[in-house]
Amino acid sequence: MVSIRQNLATTAPPDFRNLGVMARALVFVNLLALAVAFVSEPVAVRMLDAFVRGTVLLEPLLLVSLAVLYAATPLLRRLDYWPACVTIAALVLALAAATHAALGEYTDVTLARMLIYTAASVTLVLAYLTLHLSAFSPALAEARLQALQARIRPHFLFNSLNAVLALIRRDPRRAERALEDLAELFRALMSDGRSLVRLADEISLIERYAAIEQLRLGERLRMSWDLDNAPMDALLPPLVLQPLLENAVYHGVEPGAGIGDVLVRIERRGERVHARIENPMPEAGQSARAGNHMALDNIRERLMLFFDAEARLESRVEGSRYRVEIDIPYRTGAV
Amino acid sequence: MSEAAGETRTELRVFIADDEAPARARLKELLADIRPELATVVVGESANGLDVIERLPGSGAQVLLLDIQMPGIGGIEVARHLGGLESAPAIVFVTAHDRHAVEAFELNALDYLMKPVRAERLAAALKKAQAAGPAPRERLERAAAGAREFFSIAERNRVVLVPVADVLYLKAELKYVTLRTRMGEHLIEEPLVAIEREFAERFVRVHRNCLVARAAIRGFERTAGGSEEEPYWNVVLADLEERLPVSRRQWPVVKSVLPEPKQ
Repeated sequence: MVSIRQNLATTAPPDFRNLGVMARALVFVNLLALAVAFVSEPVAVRMLDAFVRGTVLLEPLLLVSLAVLYAATPLLRRLDYWPACVTIAALVLALAAATHAALGEYTDVTLARMLIYTAASVTLVLAYLTLHLSAFSPALAEARLQALQARIRPHFLFNSLNAVLALIRRDPRRAERALEDLAELFRALMSDGRSLVRLADEISLIERYAAIEQLRLGERLRMSWDLDNAPMDALLPPLVLQPLLENAVYHGVEPGAGIGDVLVRIERRGERVHARIENPMPEAGQSARAGNHMALDNIRERLMLFFDAEARLESRVEGSRYRVEIDIPYRTGAV
Repeated sequence: MSEAAGETRTELRVFIADDEAPARARLKELLADIRPELATVVVGESANGLDVIERLPGSGAQVLLLDIQMPGIGGIEVARHLGGLESAPAIVFVTAHDRHAVEAFELNALDYLMKPVRAERLAAALKKAQAAGPAPRERLERAAAGAREFFSIAERNRVVLVPVADVLYLKAELKYVTLRTRMGEHLIEEPLVAIEREFAERFVRVHRNCLVARAAIRGFERTAGGSEEEPYWNVVLADLEERLPVSRRQWPVVKSVLPEPKQ
């Protein structure tokens, strides 16, 4: 039910547990109130006055509504788009009536007018939020997704096949395992990639990827895994970690003649999932390989697509190490 | 070709350079497979470019199977340095790039194999390389992706590498170019113009016959001669007593080097 596809096709209602959605609703409704004040009282001083008088009812209603919608999110997530929208409207209208009953005496707004304004605002906010979601046009987003998946470096495939060929006679069993890993990896890379995956699956994928690289690079690649506190049931868009690990090997290990230490650490911190991938910086004098930022930008974009303002992806150089960190909300659910 | 065709019992001496151990193992297997068709003996193996340059000259290799993507200095640069050897090996490049990338790198002019390598292709490439001998220098230069990391001096049976970063200045004298580092001098046989073009960011021309490392320039000194309006200048270099004259023609270019932070 929570999948990128549904978000993209806007068959899911806005997620009121998302910081970005909440902020947008707040700003949008207040702008709307300003606009209404402007239309009814075009003179600046009176307009502000009208706006301030309106806020006596508006702000309590707005805040209470967001709080209630936040609380109702688990219920809303189980509904389809239209039933969810109707539920949201009904909830907010009920709250509007309650607000009017409690605070009506401080203004001259009638209950009927208040309900009409509220209904109009809810419709506009939902339309705006839905529009905002679909602004990441599905076609565009899917094209980017596919571009990312096609991006796996051809040299990785050919070098891996070459390594497997070298094993076939000497160690057939290991060759078999390597081919299985490779098949699994490419299955994931070629899947349509729109639904969410469990962290456990993504971790198993990057472990397979690392096994293939290990075969190829031998002792030059030294992987350290810190996954003890990884929330295996967390949901995330597919192929977020693999390209980061591929980057770490491609930029940090392959160009160096010595041993390259690559660290993967994934842990849950409260309601957040934190992932860190570290690799050595290429030694001075060695020409750095280009083409890193496309992958980072692509991953960041996809995280935004799903988590909006709540996802973070940062990369930086710390001493002789290059570090990429991802921080996303901890979400679980059916895949 | 005549040698190999005439004496079937003579083994072709092959050197393998690839940073991935499985890739080297695979090439050895294939060489064994094609033995009925082409007898070879592996005279050396290396996992990085510097090691190839150090060990190949003494190995008596006739053909070098050379991976293009290697740590440190890559295959193309290795080939350029080995080209100066008296008994330079023929080189067959091996790459995991796809055909598209191969075209982009202008490797077409060279003999190359794509990974995974097939036995028949390997046999054909070895025969062809053996017949054709070392790749011409200008083809290698065209295939190079960027400036080299080293200058090389090919001696009778070894190649001396001088890191480009160590070079303070280069001076053309008759048919040689003198390469000056803190440690001493070397002679290389390359046109100064080509060096200037390849390392435009690193060296600046101060005189018709002289390039100076921008980073080594400490300042300028006026010299005797010239006039008040048009003085003659010398370059003052870091760690060197020697002064290098700046030609009047180059002075406007050269003097703009100093205020910039060194590279």
